[in-house]
Amino acid sequence: MIECSSITKSYTTGGEETQVLKGVSFSIKSGEFVAIMGPSGSGKSTLMHILGALDTPTSGSYILDGKDVSKLNDDELADIRKEKIGFVFQAFNLLPRATVLRNVALPLVYAEMPKPEREKKAKTALLHAGLDESRFYHLSNQLSGGQMQRVAIARALVNDPAIILADEPTGNLDTKTGEIVLKTFQELNSQGRTIILITHEHDVASHAKRIIHIKDGNILSDETNHHQIILN
Amino acid sequence: MRTSDLLEETLSAVTANKTRSGLTMLGIVIGIASVIALVAIGAGAQNSIAANIQALGANLLTISPGAQRTFGSTVSSGQGSAQSLTAGDADAIAKNISGIKYVSPETSGRYQIVAKGNNTNTSVLGVKPVYLPVHNLSVESGSFFADSQVTNYAKVAVIGPTVRDDLFGENAENVVGQTITIKGVPFTVIGITLTKGGTGFNNPDNNIYIPLTTAQRYFIGNENLGTISVQAENAEVMTQVQTDATALLMQRHKIAEGGTADFRILNQSDIVSTASSVTGVLTQLLAAVAGISLVVGGIGIMNMMLTTVTERTREIGLRKAIGARSKNINAQFLAEAVLLTFFGGAIGVFLGWLISFIVSYFNIVAASVSLNSILLAFSVSAGVGIIFGYYPARKAARMSPIEALRYE
Repeated sequence: MIECSSITKSYTTGGEETQVLKGVSFSIKSGEFVAIMGPSGSGKSTLMHILGALDTPTSGSYILDGKDVSKLNDDELADIRKEKIGFVFQAFNLLPRATVLRNVALPLVYAEMPKPEREKKAKTALLHAGLDESRFYHLSNQLSGGQMQRVAIARALVNDPAIILADEPTGNLDTKTGEIVLKTFQELNSQGRTIILITHEHDVASHAKRIIHIKDGNILSDETNHHQIILN
Repeated sequence: MRTSDLLEETLSAVTANKTRSGLTMLGIVIGIASVIALVAIGAGAQNSIAANIQALGANLLTISPGAQRTFGSTVSSGQGSAQSLTAGDADAIAKNISGIKYVSPETSGRYQIVAKGNNTNTSVLGVKPVYLPVHNLSVESGSFFADSQVTNYAKVAVIGPTVRDDLFGENAENVVGQTITIKGVPFTVIGITLTKGGTGFNNPDNNIYIPLTTAQRYFIGNENLGTISVQAENAEVMTQVQTDATALLMQRHKIAEGGTADFRILNQSDIVSTASSVTGVLTQLLAAVAGISLVVGGIGIMNMMLTTVTERTREIGLRKAIGARSKNINAQFLAEAVLLTFFGGAIGVFLGWLISFIVSYFNIVAASVSLNSILLAFSVSAGVGIIFGYYPARKAARMSPIEALRYE
């Protein structure tokens, strides 16, 4: 599913070059639930951007679902995001003043899907994400944090992506609600979804079946989370 | 992205902040409304001036005597003082020049008129019956005098409605058959002309018409004419008729080529076109001023769009993250700007039309809204939207999705 080999990423600021990723290699198979963990400044966000086709690596290759994503231009990257990737952000990033249903159906607008079909898919995704049907026509800014994140998860699911990338999805939620959201990810994973969770919290990462530790642009460790495997 | 979806997205974005969208649109509304209204009022003024001139008679050439000049002297009296035009001139023009419909020889003077103890002072015109068609004049009650009465020096008069009001009282009846005295000479009133409305200093409603010969015998004292009005068959031949008449009169008055003519010919179409060009320039000036307000409105649109783009940076980041291409973002923000100006334009056209209607309704000017100015206003407002929406939309489209998602 995902093949990363010797990925580096450098930024030049003020004439000084800083290497954020220093040759990262790993692969993720379909159906895995992986947490990428590291403190801030470790390069995990940069790695998330590359995995999410928001950015391209300086060198190395990234093959997603059989396609080399590392050399694509902006429009091709947009198409990859449209077809293969579902994002869940820390700040939810829902459109305020738009209904839940419209928010979830938004990725399909760019896929040029007709409206009735869009709404049908959006409803299915919302049910999968565990949001109650009575809230489908509420405006997104009338929801609680936990409900908002479920809407965001439904939006990530709606285009049936190859991977779901969740960037600190519990960062804006209290522990209890965060736990429910993480459970949702586990359920989705048990249905066969590939999920990559980016976090700096060990408690959050422990919900995944595999944890990749990153520090200073290198992979520190990459190990199976036996605890979760046993639970399953 | 489908067009219907683009429209839906745009509409919901514009209606999300109604007050701001409305205020921004107001600039365009005022700009377009003032362009439409001012052009309509200008066109109305132009039409009414042309109509007023035409009301004095269509395709008219007015020949009047030139300045009196003594032989061997360079001293000139004023224009019209020469006693140079005769009935022979009028006949010669009618006989020798082609393209002429009517020739109307005329004299005029101001005299004291008395009737039943009332008196007034007004213009008395000595004319022939041909005066009526030449000057678009018609008789309301009674009748105009006939050619035979001109030949017989008949002492009959046709009076204008203003003269009737002055002498016999407002809308007095049974005026026909009464006697009035002009400069002491008694005349029988045989008709009253139809009201034409004031057309400036030469108000036909305040005239008295008597047979030409009678005027010459009792008031002028000679056979000379004050003016000869020549009506051409159509507007196209007017210049030719003017040239021919000039040549003929030069020859009849024995003036060598290149000499100073003792008459002058006024071409009505020259007056109309001069008046039209003056009002035309004024209209353009007004439209230009209104156009400036349209540009100011456009800057308002750009200002609001730039604010919107900054405010919605995270939304732009999200849209890009879920697969929107740059051109989708560009189209969305450009469509918002164009939608604002388009609605603004539509309201502006309606408002402009309303102003024109009110101005016409209260008889200030018969403003006429042309389809052209509406089409122009619409395309200009859409153009303003594209021009002033382009930069903010491009700014939005060029945002990096990573930076945009991080924006606080």
